[in-house]
Amino acid sequence: MKLNKHLAAAALGLAIAAPAAQAHEFWLLPSSTVLSSPGYITVDAAVSNDIFYFNYRPLGIRDNLVISAPDGSTVAPESLTQGKLRTVFDANLQATGTYRLAIANSSLMASWKENGETKRWRGTHAEMAEKVPANAQDLVVREGISRLETFVTVGRPSEIKPTGKGLELLPVTHPNDLYEGSPAVFTFVVDGKPAAGVEVEMIRAGTRYRDQLEKITLVTNADGQVSYTWKEPGMYYVKTGVTGKSDTMENVERRLSYVTTLEVLAQ
Amino acid sequence: MHKPLLLAFGLLATGPALAAGIEVEIELPRIDVSDYRRPYVAAWLERPDNSVAANLAVWYDVKMRNAEGAKWLKDMRLWWRRTGRDLEQPVDGVTSATRNPGVHKLSFTEGQVPLGKLAAGEYRLVVEASREHGGREVVTVPLQWPPASATRNEARGEHEIGTVAVQLKP
Repeated sequence: MKLNKHLAAAALGLAIAAPAAQAHEFWLLPSSTVLSSPGYITVDAAVSNDIFYFNYRPLGIRDNLVISAPDGSTVAPESLTQGKLRTVFDANLQATGTYRLAIANSSLMASWKENGETKRWRGTHAEMAEKVPANAQDLVVREGISRLETFVTVGRPSEIKPTGKGLELLPVTHPNDLYEGSPAVFTFVVDGKPAAGVEVEMIRAGTRYRDQLEKITLVTNADGQVSYTWKEPGMYYVKTGVTGKSDTMENVERRLSYVTTLEVLAQ
Repeated sequence: MHKPLLLAFGLLATGPALAAGIEVEIELPRIDVSDYRRPYVAAWLERPDNSVAANLAVWYDVKMRNAEGAKWLKDMRLWWRRTGRDLEQPVDGVTSATRNPGVHKLSFTEGQVPLGKLAAGEYRLVVEASREHGGREVVTVPLQWPPASATRNEARGEHEIGTVAVQLKP
């Protein structure tokens, strides 16, 4: 499974390499974000040069996709298929409230010197103590946590609880309650705590049919909040990321990223 | 058999004891397309702050197998956002089947379902229609409650809704 390996690396690239100008975008595109009665939705997932166009690779989805029901239970994806340009899965949404469809990845990488030779390791927190000498020479540890998600509501929108891990969006305005001409306020949190000064980018679908990206750039305030009044309805790709030192581990550089798809409805 | 009944109703309508009420006329235009489907229509009263004072009518495919008709209720997207998503469908005295093109007269009495008791103030009657293979439209008629005298206000839609008239009875 050479392809899968490549994709896994690509998916993690979001968290690890993520240079300022990322060449490819990762996204989920749900068939509906608002349902008036229980039923199926289908979701496209891809890595592409342009948002919401299938023009590069399918998104590698393995066991990292979690569909959370309003009561916190999980729903298994159905008909998960990986094509050449996109991955597709269905989800049967039977409860009233908000479902969260998320692909979360986390990784730890370490490099250090041993007898003049550079050693590298990649794995989980649990394995680290065993595999990485605690007082290794020139030890550098990088932690990457990425989250790619979207929200779908059956009936009335319900509460979205923070996962408390990495960077994520929390509603002030519910992500399935967005309308053209209406203001929306979101809080961005790191490990559940409001994150100030975080740059958030938003791009509306349909870039193929206009000359400019029309990217919207917002910066979170002291309370971790951004506020924006939607000028146009449509699907929006929302991306943000932060880097910094870990609060819980010494000498660990963290790179956190978050991508979501939001639908803004016409008035 | 019909005539005496109508007569009796007529007498009641002019009787002095009758409570205040609202009569609403909703015109659904005849739309000449081969795949015409009767529209889903919602009518409600809202306050200036957009909160809903009363759900008056929801016409949709109530009889579809497995309640599949409810799937498209969200397409009346203003109604869905304002109140539809908070309701358990169908709503007694509010929901009914879709209707043919023509003028539909609805009569509501204060203190009775579904109008209920209205506090004095400004309101808007909102009518929203959404049609399969077609468009969607919202028509709004402002009104003041309680009315000092019998008044009639109307507004006209352009595509999916014809004239919407509101007749207030003090």
